[in-house]
Amino acid sequence: MNKTDALIIGAGPTGLFTAHQLKLIGLNCEIIDNLDKIGGQCIELYPDKPIYDIPAVPECTGEELTNNLLNQLKPFDIKFHLNERVDEVKKENDNWLVKTSGGNSFKTPNVIIAGGVGSFEPRKFSPKECEKFENKSLFYSVKNKSVFKGKTVSIFGGGDSALDWAIELSKDSNVNLIHRRDEFRGARATVNKMYELKKAGKINLFTKYQMSNVHGNEKIESIDIKHDNSEIQNLKSDYVLGFFGLIMQLGPIANWGLNLNKKTIEVDTEKFETNQKGIYAVGDICNYPGKLKLILSGFHEGALAARACFKLARPNEKYRFEFTTTSTNLLKRLGKKE
Amino acid sequence: MPKITYNTHDNETYTIEVQNGLTVMEGAVQNDIPGIDADCGGGMACATCHVYVKEDWFNKLPKKEDGEEDMLDMAFEPKPYSRLSCQIIVSDDLDGLEVNIPSKQA
Repeated sequence: MNKTDALIIGAGPTGLFTAHQLKLIGLNCEIIDNLDKIGGQCIELYPDKPIYDIPAVPECTGEELTNNLLNQLKPFDIKFHLNERVDEVKKENDNWLVKTSGGNSFKTPNVIIAGGVGSFEPRKFSPKECEKFENKSLFYSVKNKSVFKGKTVSIFGGGDSALDWAIELSKDSNVNLIHRRDEFRGARATVNKMYELKKAGKINLFTKYQMSNVHGNEKIESIDIKHDNSEIQNLKSDYVLGFFGLIMQLGPIANWGLNLNKKTIEVDTEKFETNQKGIYAVGDICNYPGKLKLILSGFHEGALAARACFKLARPNEKYRFEFTTTSTNLLKRLGKKE
Repeated sequence: MPKITYNTHDNETYTIEVQNGLTVMEGAVQNDIPGIDADCGGGMACATCHVYVKEDWFNKLPKKEDGEEDMLDMAFEPKPYSRLSCQIIVSDDLDGLEVNIPSKQA
């Protein structure tokens, strides 16, 4: 059981700056994120797209913003738990007990949800029949490529993940690559390599086709793919891989007894607290009159939520507002003064 | 104001006036029309505002910009007349536009 003053769910820009504010006022905190990397939507959705409305930063990409925020956290010791989703949040006296998909548990008076639009999950195939084969002979990511050796693998998608795996697996497997249109959005060199392998008979390419059905009992035996003109082809397949990117799902947050409005959580604008004492929501996931889904709003919300955390984490101390320009306390925490 | 018609997957029809300059996505979200999630808020980064444009309207719309077709690869059941509604900006020329909302966004 990990004990901490505050637990932040979500390692996007809002979660990172909230951590900065917590550490600055002398609280400790840990951060959990379902992605395998830090940065949230900035890294997953638009690492290379420039952002122009961060105050005092005329232009920066999602990746640069994330790196700058991490630099700003350098003076502090913050534990990140990546690749873990928070599954359960339960009240125990004055604390919240939090359990993650990775088997970690936390005891904390403060939980700050900085979850964007929820956790990122893979986009799935549309036919219902695909579900029963999931993680058996149908996958949305590759954990162990050796299982595909000598087998027929049907890979769906038109981006780098689909192309990279088609190229890699074509060495030892019979590969079908299926995509909904003729153009591929992967890197030019990767697309060219795939066409070479197609020419050499190493990859069977099917464009303008989409998944229509899967057949089999315990394991997949074959799949039906449907052309834009409605023609259906049956392909023998031992395994199916789908690479359609990630989608944001609210997930287990919906079960924590919070006031939800569509996919957002209602908060007050003093502490950014939800209807549950000690649970806050900041950034894109929170909602209040006038809410703007801007990164700068998330920074403000996190700063206020951090002050609210102080009261519950240090009930016998008084929080005193200080400036980083002048406060010896703050400068010590920032490592700027002995 | 231009009128836009949204047909949901369970055969409900909403015809609403949408201000010039707003997107077809914003028209749906601001009027609580179900089935358009728009998770990323109009950034062409999530493909959850996917619609099927009525065939006769499809070619009258301004062409897709770079990136929209890439995002449509990730949409749920894309078809030849698929568009992202956050990329269709309402103008007087679009008065009468009709779109069908898919059964799911993800």
